[in-house]
Amino acid sequence: MSSTRLRLVFFAGLILLWEGLVRLHIWPSYVFPSPLAVARSLFDGILSGMVPIAVLTSLRRVALAYAGSLLIGIPLGLSLGRSRLLQDTLGTLVLGLQALPSICWLPLALLWFGLSETAIAFVVVMGAVLSITLSTADGVRNTPPLYLRAARTMGARGWRLYAGVILPSALPAILSGMKLGWSFAWRSLMAAELLYVSLGLGQVLTLGRELNDMSRVLAVMLVIISIGLLTDYAVFRPAERRVRQRWGLQGNA
Amino acid sequence: MTLPPASPAWKLELRGVSKTFRSPHGDFPALQGLDVRAAPGEFLCLLGPSGCGKTTTLNIIAGLEQADTGTVLMDGQPIGGPAPDRVLIFQEPALFPWLNVRDNVAFGLAAQGMPRRQRQRTAESQLEMVHLQEFAAASVHQLSGGMKQRVALARALALNPQVLLMDEPFAALDAQTREALHLELQSLWSATGKTIVFVTHNVREALVLGDRVLLLSARPGHVKSEFHCDLPRPRPMESHTLVDMAQAVLADLRSEVQAAQEEARREQHTP
Repeated sequence: MSSTRLRLVFFAGLILLWEGLVRLHIWPSYVFPSPLAVARSLFDGILSGMVPIAVLTSLRRVALAYAGSLLIGIPLGLSLGRSRLLQDTLGTLVLGLQALPSICWLPLALLWFGLSETAIAFVVVMGAVLSITLSTADGVRNTPPLYLRAARTMGARGWRLYAGVILPSALPAILSGMKLGWSFAWRSLMAAELLYVSLGLGQVLTLGRELNDMSRVLAVMLVIISIGLLTDYAVFRPAERRVRQRWGLQGNA
Repeated sequence: MTLPPASPAWKLELRGVSKTFRSPHGDFPALQGLDVRAAPGEFLCLLGPSGCGKTTTLNIIAGLEQADTGTVLMDGQPIGGPAPDRVLIFQEPALFPWLNVRDNVAFGLAAQGMPRRQRQRTAESQLEMVHLQEFAAASVHQLSGGMKQRVALARALALNPQVLLMDEPFAALDAQTREALHLELQSLWSATGKTIVFVTHNVREALVLGDRVLLLSARPGHVKSEFHCDLPRPRPMESHTLVDMAQAVLADLRSEVQAAQEEARREQHTP
């Protein structure tokens, strides 16, 4: 069975199991709604424009903050990976900060930036930037010494050595940092939107809870999951596959 | 020992070169009083037991490492850091997987500031020299080991170096491929007139390729003996004269291998 068909069968089975459990009437429907009720809620949400607006708002926020994280994280990682001094000082700080869940930055962000988009962006950047930085630094540090010697014996130095050898050699690691950073950014945004801020998917989720509308809560959760999966399948997997193929890290798959 | 004054008649001249690697576990003297000279266009082989400082010698000539004492001259001038007039080829091809074959060959030319179009042309003509022109657009991982090493050779030659430094470049290849590459290297050498310093631990390989073979002693390395080989080329590996010569060199080498092993044993016993 092909892997796509296997997946289809698995999820169809899961939905059937769900429907079966609902029909057993163990829990009341406001606690455990049927798949159909969730689908209807999703459909209504899309028709009323609420879900599309929330999706667009959240995507715009995450895209901006993620772009910012890349702009900060990649150069920071590149310099951390090459400088022993920075690695021992700033590198330790970055490693320490990674232990802090990004949503813990929200109180600080609210005090600094007020109830604004900037506060949200700050939390998302803090969620994404650290893993991007650390993976990039790792990739740079793990440049095979043989590549460096080969490039140097051909007269490459300074910027050319950096852009021509160290950066491309670190690209697989940078890419996996970007992927990790993206999922952290998405999670941080949802957490921040749950706690505060108008529009956005997180707020629709909170609204569902306040209205005691379980179908809507589940519908929005499905939307959040789908967006995460879709980005992974549409952006990161193809990019990773291309890099792995090119770098010869796997056969001709 | 006194040496004649530095003379530009020598392409390469190493005088009294010493190098010690320092580490928390102790000092490892790699080279001590090494004197090596190579005439322009000469094919010089450095032969010795493993760990005798052959690779260090090449690294020093390439400018990737610095000698503690002694001088290294090229055309009578002290060498500086790494430069494309002396290019090192490694045991592993060290090709960049993110570039296709043509761009790998063109890599060093970019560092010299050659315009893109010209780089590509030079790279392609170099690939023709090693008979890989139809693989110009291929990925590195699609090539066999021997083909990769030919690309590495083309990449080095594209820079038009005066000296080619080769660090056991064929050691990881199977016997047939190695012999084919011996022939190819010799025809490239006679076509281009490069000075080649070729490091190997294989006696027959040294005799097949070299005009002159320097046998290095066990660590710390210095030149122990010198063999001239003026058999007509190409020299078949199994020719009687060559096998006889190899016997003589081997006898000399064996005592050095033993010395190297004894040294290693002593090191194991010292905590």
